[in-house]
Amino acid sequence: MGYTKDQLLARLQELQIEFSKYEHPVVLTVEAQEKYVGNVGASLSKNLFLKDKKQRFYIVSALADTKADLKVLSQRLGLGKGGLRMAPEEALGEILQVPLGCVTPFALVNESARHVSLLLDQGFKSQQRCLFHPLSNDISISLNTFSLDTFLKSIGRDPSYVDLEANPKVGKDQPPDLAALVPSDSIVLPELAEAALPSEHSNENHAAIDAKPKAVKAKAVKTPAAAEKVKDKSSTGLLPSVSFTDAGQFVEEILDRTSAILLSEIREDTLKQHGEHLGAVVSETIRKRLSSELKNLAIMFKNTAYTEGFHAGTRHQPKRP
Amino acid sequence: MEKGEERVNEEEATAATGEAEAEAEVNPWEVSGKIDYDKLIDKFGCQRLDQSLIDRVHRLTSRPPHVFLRRGVFFAHRDFNEILDAYERGDKFYLYTGRGPSSEALHLGHLIPFMFTKYLQDAFKVPLVIQLTDDEKYMWKNLSVEESQRLARENAKDIIACGFDITRTFIFSDFDYVGGAFYKNMVKVSKCVTYNKVVGIFGFTGEDHIGKVSFPPVQAVPSFPSSFPHLFDGKDHLRCLIPCAIDQDPYFRMTRDVAPRIGYHKPALIESSFFPALQGDTGKMSASDPNSAIYVTDSAKDIKDKINKYAFTGGQDTKEKQRLYGANLEVDIPVKYLSFFLEDDDELEHIKTEYGSGRMLTFDVKKRLVEILVEIVERHCRARAAVTDEMVDAFMAVRPLPSMFG
Repeated sequence: MGYTKDQLLARLQELQIEFSKYEHPVVLTVEAQEKYVGNVGASLSKNLFLKDKKQRFYIVSALADTKADLKVLSQRLGLGKGGLRMAPEEALGEILQVPLGCVTPFALVNESARHVSLLLDQGFKSQQRCLFHPLSNDISISLNTFSLDTFLKSIGRDPSYVDLEANPKVGKDQPPDLAALVPSDSIVLPELAEAALPSEHSNENHAAIDAKPKAVKAKAVKTPAAAEKVKDKSSTGLLPSVSFTDAGQFVEEILDRTSAILLSEIREDTLKQHGEHLGAVVSETIRKRLSSELKNLAIMFKNTAYTEGFHAGTRHQPKRP
Repeated sequence: MEKGEERVNEEEATAATGEAEAEAEVNPWEVSGKIDYDKLIDKFGCQRLDQSLIDRVHRLTSRPPHVFLRRGVFFAHRDFNEILDAYERGDKFYLYTGRGPSSEALHLGHLIPFMFTKYLQDAFKVPLVIQLTDDEKYMWKNLSVEESQRLARENAKDIIACGFDITRTFIFSDFDYVGGAFYKNMVKVSKCVTYNKVVGIFGFTGEDHIGKVSFPPVQAVPSFPSSFPHLFDGKDHLRCLIPCAIDQDPYFRMTRDVAPRIGYHKPALIESSFFPALQGDTGKMSASDPNSAIYVTDSAKDIKDKINKYAFTGGQDTKEKQRLYGANLEVDIPVKYLSFFLEDDDELEHIKTEYGSGRMLTFDVKKRLVEILVEIVERHCRARAAVTDEMVDAFMAVRPLPSMFG
């Protein structure tokens, strides 16, 4: 069985590792966590659970502001472009034995995670203290990197700090600089079909939701409204708010909000009240309630696209004469 | 000069702005007392924005006029009808507004001119220039140049989060942009304004440093299209509309006086009343008192606490009295805030009627207000989180905007 938060905290105390503890309501994203522990003088971390095409798993733990590009990391690990994906939800429970939204370096205390590689943001070293979940989302602990290293060494891990924002060239003469961090062993999960590859770049702390609906039964039972809320609270994520750079995510967000209103407005009493005109009534309601919100989303999407184009344009090399 | 943010208590304006009123003082540095907006319009000589103009805006833009127009938040103007005449003929205009970046903490009062300007940009499909007067703040406040520039960039993020269209918007900071054609216009304006005049308008004294005295042209020249050759080359007769708070009026009177003398159109203005502090008319919104305003960084809990604890209400002391006499809507801050932010006219009317007659309690009004404010602040936070440094760079880059009138 996986470690509980109390067992982990007791272990830290045994090792005389100095940490501060903050209890708060359950949080699933960095943004939500920030509301409760944003002011305690410690830096928030965002934690991703990733896997590659050969069933090897990684935890990338970074400062909330660090911009780490999974495509770049994938190359630096020697996995080629697009070799890294968010790990599926089942893997979270099976391997790390933590709930959704709770990926944390501390999950490596579990035997099941012994082959998971850990990449730590170099940026942590310049912070006084950093915040992580100790195996549960209703509690955060802050500690410095020295303490974190002490813990990791106690479970036989060599802490590896990486400049996650760096983008070194990887090619014939420049071998991938992080290749040593690739696990030697893959982990085989029961009933994990290759076809069920999760969608990319979810910007929450947990693994992306499996494409197949059966995955939804795991862990939290998500009602449509709750699912909509979880996606709603987007953290800053790896790249600036992914639903503004990823057209698919953007559309999903629009459809989620529309569906939520649709579902909430079509009820027994409204059906009775409007009968066959309910469609027109709900349509009007959707327009009224969503119009300005969606326009705001769209303008951010446009501004983000323009910015990326502008940025690329200022660096583009003119055609050779 | 501040554009609708908190007041700096400098010397009072001299007689040039008119007879001193015993009750209220309104000039670019000081806003105090209970303000009679009708008297102010008379004193300044600007026009009331009446219903016919609002209807005209509705017709020309084919969309409902912004809640700030409907509720009389933006209530005065100069030459707005001429802007609309030109627009009807097919001659567009551009918008100009700005912010003095004196602090990182922005409150809802700061956002109001930007929310309205965004509506104008969308409704009329026109370009916008936004000036960040980092030089002014350096000169008037105890800031280093680096700090004022940093604040300018931070404020730019909050401004961008209001939803401006990057293909139609140019944001600039004075320290970055002053020079070239902009500077030429500054000098042209300076030559038209005597020292005595500027002392008369702004109340400078012999003790004030020359930076302050020579600052006003910096804020005047964005009203002239030739200040932005990368945007408006060849469009010297493009008109400018400036949304601002009414305390800026004396300032743009100077600009309008100078404009024809240097061959430019006078900029038009559309002016707002002041956003009340939480404590009501007796209070002043101030960055140093976090409980005088709702900040864009406030959490849902903060907003709830502030409204419940600090908002000045017109409700009666007890439930029984409330049911008997009803609330005094004149001084009630929650209702005033709702008139700014509750979009639904019918719902607002309903609340005013019920609350004024005593059938609704202060508690309910506050609850509704908190709901709305939390929604606004959360949306803002989310949009702001998506603004990167690269986006700020792009908004502030001196670049053409080919589809700015599209």
